[in-house]
Amino acid sequence: MAAAIAPVSRGFLQRYAIVILAVVLLAVLPLSLDIFRLGLAAKYLSLAFCAVGIVLIWGYGGILSLGQGVFFGLGSYMMAMFLKLESTGADTSAQALSSFFGSNLPDFMVWNSVEQLPWWWEPFHHVWFTIPAILILPPVVAFVLSYLNFRRRIGDVYFSIITLAFSAILAIVIIGQQGVTGGVNGITDFRTFMGINLDPDNVKIAMYYITCVLLLVCVLIGTFILRSRLGKVLVAIRDREDRVRFSGYDPALFKAFIFAVAALFSSIGGAMFTLQVGLASPSLVGITPSIEMVIYAAVGGRLSLVGAVYGAMLVGAAKTFFSENFVEFWLYLIGGLFIVIVMFLPHGLAGLLDKLPGAKRHRLAALPGPEPDAAGQAAGERPAARLAGEVGGGK
Amino acid sequence: MTFDVLAMQAFTGLSIFTILMLMALGLAIVFGLMGVINMAHGELMAMGAYCSYGAARFFENFAPSMMDYYVFVGILLAFVVTSAFGFLLERGLIRFLYKRPLDTLLATWGLSLVLQQVYRQFISSKEVEVPTVSWLQGAWQPTDGIALPLSRIFIVVLAIVTAAAVYWLLFRTRWGLRIRAVTQNRAMAGAAGINTARVDAYTFALGCGLAGIAGSSFTMLASTGPTTGQHYIVDTFIVVVFGGVESLLGTISSAFIIGQMQSWFEFELSGSMARASILLLVIVVLFFRPNGLFATKVRR
Repeated sequence: MAAAIAPVSRGFLQRYAIVILAVVLLAVLPLSLDIFRLGLAAKYLSLAFCAVGIVLIWGYGGILSLGQGVFFGLGSYMMAMFLKLESTGADTSAQALSSFFGSNLPDFMVWNSVEQLPWWWEPFHHVWFTIPAILILPPVVAFVLSYLNFRRRIGDVYFSIITLAFSAILAIVIIGQQGVTGGVNGITDFRTFMGINLDPDNVKIAMYYITCVLLLVCVLIGTFILRSRLGKVLVAIRDREDRVRFSGYDPALFKAFIFAVAALFSSIGGAMFTLQVGLASPSLVGITPSIEMVIYAAVGGRLSLVGAVYGAMLVGAAKTFFSENFVEFWLYLIGGLFIVIVMFLPHGLAGLLDKLPGAKRHRLAALPGPEPDAAGQAAGERPAARLAGEVGGGK
Repeated sequence: MTFDVLAMQAFTGLSIFTILMLMALGLAIVFGLMGVINMAHGELMAMGAYCSYGAARFFENFAPSMMDYYVFVGILLAFVVTSAFGFLLERGLIRFLYKRPLDTLLATWGLSLVLQQVYRQFISSKEVEVPTVSWLQGAWQPTDGIALPLSRIFIVVLAIVTAAAVYWLLFRTRWGLRIRAVTQNRAMAGAAGINTARVDAYTFALGCGLAGIAGSSFTMLASTGPTTGQHYIVDTFIVVVFGGVESLLGTISSAFIIGQMQSWFEFELSGSMARASILLLVIVVLFFRPNGLFATKVRR
């Protein structure tokens, strides 16, 4: 993936992990990949937003969300609704029918004999509604839902199953309400975004860079949160929730906040996905993709924000490679990956980096991860007082 | 709504209830009693279904005269195979992860993907069906307007027998006593001389075997495919969580409530919207009763 960098020390990789990531994303990949592969990389990077969020909530918050697909889907569908309305507005055949329906109606609605644009589609005519909605709606939904649950002190496992149920619900509703959501085919066939044609190569490259920058910003925000006192409280909640509660904090508020941040990241990822892949589909909302997003974070290392990006890219690249070459092998690989990571590599690639004892020189340049504290930590043990150091090394 | 429609709806609800109960009984033991989140539970059901399919094919080819009784062989085979698999699974994977429930979830999800691909590659990528035996064809018609399919009645009976057997096993045998002792207080049970590791393995195997029975009985209602298990898994978990873990009676009651809701909602809404609204309703109820509807008060 990344170009072979001269052997460097582990400390260097951890210290400059974000800088290295920036170099890889902004220089190495665009220079080494053709436009088609770059498009694929952009697709994985959109999913990496979810993985970064999962590191925040799972690695540091101790909340395993199996519903990040919900927020990815919300962002993706809101963007798709805007793009679809814009394309429909410019479509001459839709204009011809508009006098009949009262306004231009997206093609799949016409096919499903829906005769009027549903009211909740209306505001998505405007980009200045759509973008704030993508940035505000999913975090608010996430905050309200999770705060209510955390307030009731619903346990980790229960919360995971509830989030799983949410992603099942959203997928079922999207597929069931074909007339207004595009059903199982999703919403597709866009041409322009605010008048910019999405097809030419230079637009695609620009989109790629925008995705990279947004992703790096998300990683930086995550690092900032984890280094702040808020991050310390979060880790404390993960390790000993009761003690934090007795100290006068409201753990529910902290957990809900970090959950909302993760939802925001996922939503941005979903919107960028739709812009670049030209599709919003229920196949990225349901339980299978939502759980798959967790493995991205797990491969990179559940305590490493930067690792999550690499994890998403590696798993995504592997998926594409195997789907192109050995389809039947893919499920064995991803299934085995879940088991192996959980059993032998609970801290993912970032943890692997730390296992190299005092490695001053090694060739793992492509796999940095800021996790100085994971070394020597026995699998499954979670020492309570691992506050300091854990979040360090992000930059 | 006439009496006939009412009766048919109630029976549909009863039928869904017994199906949900069969699905959830195994999980109530594995998840409810042991606290293991086994996401491969659905695939174990599929494994049971494939056992039934194998038995059907075997009898079709080698003992056509005994074809009428293959159902029982299928159920037995399903129980034996899936519980043996469950035993190996517990020894090989689950026991290392007891302290990390969320990681168990991920590992068993991985296992479920592998199993799906195994089914696809080595059995069939298409859905398979078993022939309905002659004595389960048709329907029982107590009056003109009411027709109750025999296969569904069979499943109702099977579910009741299974639930009774599980109850007997857990509450009337020494094995059940050990299982309950270990789940209630592992350290004390160990101190009292119970081999807790062995009890874990057998308990897990029992839960998996029940999944096998559930899967085997489903072959009478629907075809089986590699992804069949995934359709059931969320509903199964929801039933167990809704009823309250650590309570078998809660699981059965919640299966009853959800089954009836499903039946009535489907009468009013489309099938998928009925499912979605039930899931939503369950989440709302869980918000008010975080430990499930029938949870006993536990101090932690």
